[in-house]
Amino acid sequence: MAAESPAAPAAPAPQRQEPRHGLRIFAIWLVLSLAADLLIWFLLYPHLPPGDMTSSASHQQFDIAIMAVMAAPVVIFVWVYFGYALIVWRHRPGDEADGPHLTDNVRIEATWIIATSVIVLGLFVFGTVELIAPAGAGAGEGPAPIWKISGVQTTAWTPGANDILQVQVIGQQWSFTYRYPQFGGMESSQLLLPNNTPIAFHVTSLDVIHSFWAYLLGVKADANPSVDNVAYTKTKQLGQFVVRCNELCGLWHGAMFNYGRVVTPSAFNTWAMALQTREQNIGVLAALPAYSLTYDPTVVPQLGKAVIKVDGITGANGYYYPGPQAGTPGDPVSP
Amino acid sequence: MSVPARAAVLLVAFVAVVAGAVFVVIHYIGGYGGTVPTVNYVPMAHNGQVNVVLQEDPQTTVSSRPDWVTYFVQDPATHKWVHTTLFSVPKNTQVNVTLYGYDGCTPLRNNFWSQVQGTIGGTVGVQQFLKGRPLGPARTTSVINGWSSCNVGHTFAIPALHLFVPVASPGPLLSANNLCGVSPGQPSCDAYAVEKFSFRTPDHTASLRWQCFIPCGGGFIDGNGGPMQTLGYMTGFMQVVD
Repeated sequence: MAAESPAAPAAPAPQRQEPRHGLRIFAIWLVLSLAADLLIWFLLYPHLPPGDMTSSASHQQFDIAIMAVMAAPVVIFVWVYFGYALIVWRHRPGDEADGPHLTDNVRIEATWIIATSVIVLGLFVFGTVELIAPAGAGAGEGPAPIWKISGVQTTAWTPGANDILQVQVIGQQWSFTYRYPQFGGMESSQLLLPNNTPIAFHVTSLDVIHSFWAYLLGVKADANPSVDNVAYTKTKQLGQFVVRCNELCGLWHGAMFNYGRVVTPSAFNTWAMALQTREQNIGVLAALPAYSLTYDPTVVPQLGKAVIKVDGITGANGYYYPGPQAGTPGDPVSP
Repeated sequence: MSVPARAAVLLVAFVAVVAGAVFVVIHYIGGYGGTVPTVNYVPMAHNGQVNVVLQEDPQTTVSSRPDWVTYFVQDPATHKWVHTTLFSVPKNTQVNVTLYGYDGCTPLRNNFWSQVQGTIGGTVGVQQFLKGRPLGPARTTSVINGWSSCNVGHTFAIPALHLFVPVASPGPLLSANNLCGVSPGQPSCDAYAVEKFSFRTPDHTASLRWQCFIPCGGGFIDGNGGPMQTLGYMTGFMQVVD
């Protein structure tokens, strides 16, 4: 019986050369990110909201474009890594082996920490600069603004003289009206602005809290009673825009909007002068209270100070404007 | 607690919550808005014009809110006053409004609304009456000052049309002593003012909100609650139809 010869030991399987996954992922990411950023910058940016109607709007458009350019590579990296892992490191039939155990990698950790820190700190610096440079970025800065718009403070506005146009926005349930102190304090239910002009909005309210939001102008400021909330912008483009209330203010909050227009400085001047003359002639200017940064609705100058109840004024339950809440202590309304 | 008992408790709790929500919806929406009728002026339009007749009152004695100020709309077919603030008019039509002001004066919060805006000619015609007798000639004006002499009872405003009309009141002295005690007011009833103005409806159908700009909801926050935010009282819709 012939003895069986023992089997020859199997030759060790040749070690499979792992490709440089990191380099591959980086290359794919770099190409896609460059393509995405170029598309965002050259195709998407000009169409991004809120547009280019004012300095604050164009700064906001620029901010959104920068954020998109910065965010796109991050998103693409996540997607590329995810897709690469699904395809290259997927489970294959017959492969029951464990993957390599995970170890720390100082280079990857350092890269991650440095990259995320640079992004976050960069955004912090960028955001701060973009808040300061366009004079508060179109947001309400309160009664004492820190960042002011450049221009000339005048009592009478002149077209083309870089004078700051002061526009008082008055919120009331449920409409905005606009006063122009440089035109005799005339008031309008329509908002007209001259082009290429620095604008100072002084936003206030006569009753509850409203919010003046002219989206296409890149301006948004809360309208609080007894508060002068200042927001700046500079008009850059002719056109129409919508003004909405952005603070829930009662039943008709959703209907509290109107349209405004940016017109040429000469057209604006003609409109404002004509309206001032009309209001002067028909007695509206005399009927309005003297221009003030805020108004106390319980004071009617023509009827005397601190009017709570005036004899003879007996409409609406016989009392003037109620206090903050009927029935509360000190409320002058409750009988 | 057994599983069926827990299921039953959950079911009862669920039904209670749903019933509560349904009650709130019916009470606040159905009760205040859903039953408000619409007065149809469309069949009465003639030669591109239609006449609308309204009145405002210091109280609503025909409702469960007798102390609320309110508007009434006159039915053009029966000439009866309907307690509503909804009415329909044709598109592209001149609306001639006659507005009876039975309420006394209240200062405007913003006297800018003393100015007549959006009417044809930018004016209104005003005349004051006492027990049906005119207290002077009718006058045409662009401003009814709500502050200096307390002449404004309410306003009628359709912001979407830039229509803002101060509604004349009987005047301070008459307001203090001679207001109608019932509603809807009648010309035989003490002091009132009559105001006339016209405006055009848009050339398309629309549902246009209208409101009063005097905070006449006494007893509510800033005077703008209650009747100011309830259909059928001081706010409503003008339906513009084909």
